[in-house]
Amino acid sequence: MLNKNIYLILIISVVFAISFWIGFNVNLLPAEASINAPIYDELFKILFIIGLIIFIGMTIAVIYSLFKFRKRNNQIGDGIALEGNLSLEIVWTIIPSIIVLLIGLYSYNIYDRMGGMKELNHNHEMMSSNAEKIWAGISQTSDNEIAINNLSIEVSAMQFAFLFNYPKGNFISGELHVPVDHKVSMKMESKDVIHAFWVPEFRIKQDIIPGQPTILNFTPTKVGKYPIICAELCGPYHGGMRASIIVEEESDYNEWFNKNKKPEVNL
Amino acid sequence: MTISIDPQKTNNESLQPKGWLRYFSFSLDHKVIGIQYLVCGFLFYLIGGTLASAIRIELASPMSDFMPRDVYNQVLTLHGTIMIFLWIVPVVNGAFGNYLIPFYVGARDMAFPRLNAVAFWLIPPSGLMLVASYFVEGAAQAGWTAYPPLSITTPQSGQIIWILSVLLLGGSSIFGGINFIATIIKLRRPGLKLMQLPMYCWAMLGTSLLVVLSTPVLAGTLILLSFDIIANTGFFNPVLGGNVVVYQHLFWFYSHPAVYIMVLPAFGLVSEILPVHARKPLFGYTTMVFSIMGIVVLGLVVWAHHMFTSGTPPWMRLFFTIATAFIAVPTGIKFFNWVATLWGGKISINSAMLFSCGFIINFVFGGITGVALAQVPFDIHVHDTYFVVAHFHYIVYGGTVFIIFSSIYHWFPKVTGKMLNEKLGILHFTITFIGFNLCFAPQHWLGLNGMPRRVAEYDPQFQFVNQISSLGALLMAISTIPFLINVLLSMRNGKDAGDNPWNALTPEWLTSSPPPVENWEGESPLVEEPYGYGKEISEQK
Repeated sequence: MLNKNIYLILIISVVFAISFWIGFNVNLLPAEASINAPIYDELFKILFIIGLIIFIGMTIAVIYSLFKFRKRNNQIGDGIALEGNLSLEIVWTIIPSIIVLLIGLYSYNIYDRMGGMKELNHNHEMMSSNAEKIWAGISQTSDNEIAINNLSIEVSAMQFAFLFNYPKGNFISGELHVPVDHKVSMKMESKDVIHAFWVPEFRIKQDIIPGQPTILNFTPTKVGKYPIICAELCGPYHGGMRASIIVEEESDYNEWFNKNKKPEVNL
Repeated sequence: MTISIDPQKTNNESLQPKGWLRYFSFSLDHKVIGIQYLVCGFLFYLIGGTLASAIRIELASPMSDFMPRDVYNQVLTLHGTIMIFLWIVPVVNGAFGNYLIPFYVGARDMAFPRLNAVAFWLIPPSGLMLVASYFVEGAAQAGWTAYPPLSITTPQSGQIIWILSVLLLGGSSIFGGINFIATIIKLRRPGLKLMQLPMYCWAMLGTSLLVVLSTPVLAGTLILLSFDIIANTGFFNPVLGGNVVVYQHLFWFYSHPAVYIMVLPAFGLVSEILPVHARKPLFGYTTMVFSIMGIVVLGLVVWAHHMFTSGTPPWMRLFFTIATAFIAVPTGIKFFNWVATLWGGKISINSAMLFSCGFIINFVFGGITGVALAQVPFDIHVHDTYFVVAHFHYIVYGGTVFIIFSSIYHWFPKVTGKMLNEKLGILHFTITFIGFNLCFAPQHWLGLNGMPRRVAEYDPQFQFVNQISSLGALLMAISTIPFLINVLLSMRNGKDAGDNPWNALTPEWLTSSPPPVENWEGESPLVEEPYGYGKEISEQK
């Protein structure tokens, strides 16, 4: 009996060791390019490790049972008439409940850190009329917020393109340019069907809905060019509905902005 | 109270055609109807599988080059609709439910035999109509979810035929659900208590409750959607002041329970198969029953987890996260109980057992990604990507379809009196298991790294992984060949099975194989312990 327990403890520790090793050494995610991304990846790592432990453990249990308890030649009769074990069943009800509850609380914490529980506001004078109903998207802010000025951008999506309107510069661009480490606030609306704004490197996604503006705030942290992908089936060219977001140093961004800026038209 | 069926009345069936012709008739025999469901479902599975192969061929290269883009969207819409509404739901509910439930409750037929036949005969025409819509103006191309406004703006005839077809199939499903509830509650033979029923009865009771509660919501929603399309109403059309998110709530109020409508019967079937081939009682009968009912209740309040990136307020996102994650608890209990059923048994390693164990492994994997997807912050990144595609194929293919095959290997001797060939069966399992995991495991990575679902073209950096996935799909297609050969050959030349080749204790095996029209020559047996393995021997000693 003691021997059996030692083997069990040994197997469990090996399963844990393998799961932790894989969890910390195998990266399944793309580059981290926003404040959101490292927070997301932290949650991912935890879920990945817990998932591995459960999956490897269950697989070993099934395969071991098949080998250990397989019917040998000439063996007749049935297995033991074991119909249940109340204490065991209580254990495997309570432990998963606790794990699930802890994961839920932890992901609430992650969601809060991503800014998901904060009131959304879009800092643009023209748009914040109270009559307009604006739907929540994820709002990303952090306590040590580097950005002071929010950059407000209006996004319109249509079959099969994104257009980015920079109200301060009075121009529209097909490419989204943003300065690094600045909070960006986008108000998005669709002209036809439902689309979605997804930047995998930022770990954010928000549907763009006709008739109901949605808001998405984020703060890029890494200079580079990343894809903007439409993630909601929107018609035949859905797979081709992509744009780019270019995260650049503030000086480069200002140069680009000033080049495109149109003077106010005086009527 | 139990109603006994008047034998005079059911003897009318002797007027019905005999031999293979009865499978093409309006037969009232639950066994004939069960086989009708199974064969019809399998034919649609072959069509849906062909469409899946077309998708994987298109995705073997990053460009949209195999078929026109709008045809691709029709193909993915039909693939989803056929696999759900014409293969999995009719087979795990209609086919096995009709064949087994009357045996399990000790009845000679279902409670409403004519309704039963009507429910089946709604399926072939609506399925054919759906497939034929391709030749009218092109089939529906808004995905099986048919989100407006896309479903309003794409060619109308295809979408309207899709709606009609799904309405008929939903009707069939509701008729079936009412019939199962009535049969299980009212037709039990005298002396048979609810807590003595085989687990599949409990699974079908739970499933049928979900069908009856949620399918009418889908029907109402689709009728409103059809008004928007043909009568210019504005329920969901934003141009006329409609709300597209309301559609999503109503749609998922049915379509999330639909996942349990596809999976709970499979949970029931595997609970029948494992004890027989492991020669052990089903572990934890009572907790299994409560788990099923727990899943039914929770399954009704988790629908908005499909909409975390739509417009939903934060509190709602949290509520649905917790509710969804908690389904893992009753589901987990069932999986622990199945492994405990294997533990200490005398396991015959045959095709039925292998497919059941494959199911446990695949479903645990799909369940783990499911708990992860329930977390709002996790879901926001991977929603509508190949990660989700991989997750739900692990549930519905790796889970339910594996159990459908397992059940066919288990009950084929019951239905035909012949055994299936074990070598071909194990070959079938091996190719399916490898092909399935090769096809869908890499898709998790694709989704995490930036490949959205329902696309005909993608970033070239994903080509290699997509080709691995397509190779897996090829293996899955090939795996049907040994299965078909096996079934066709064994029907003629298979080894004689005798009445009870597995020495099983559940009631359907306590009559001849194939069973007589009235199920039993005399009175139906009272089976108080359907899982009493290991007991008789100790009593004899």
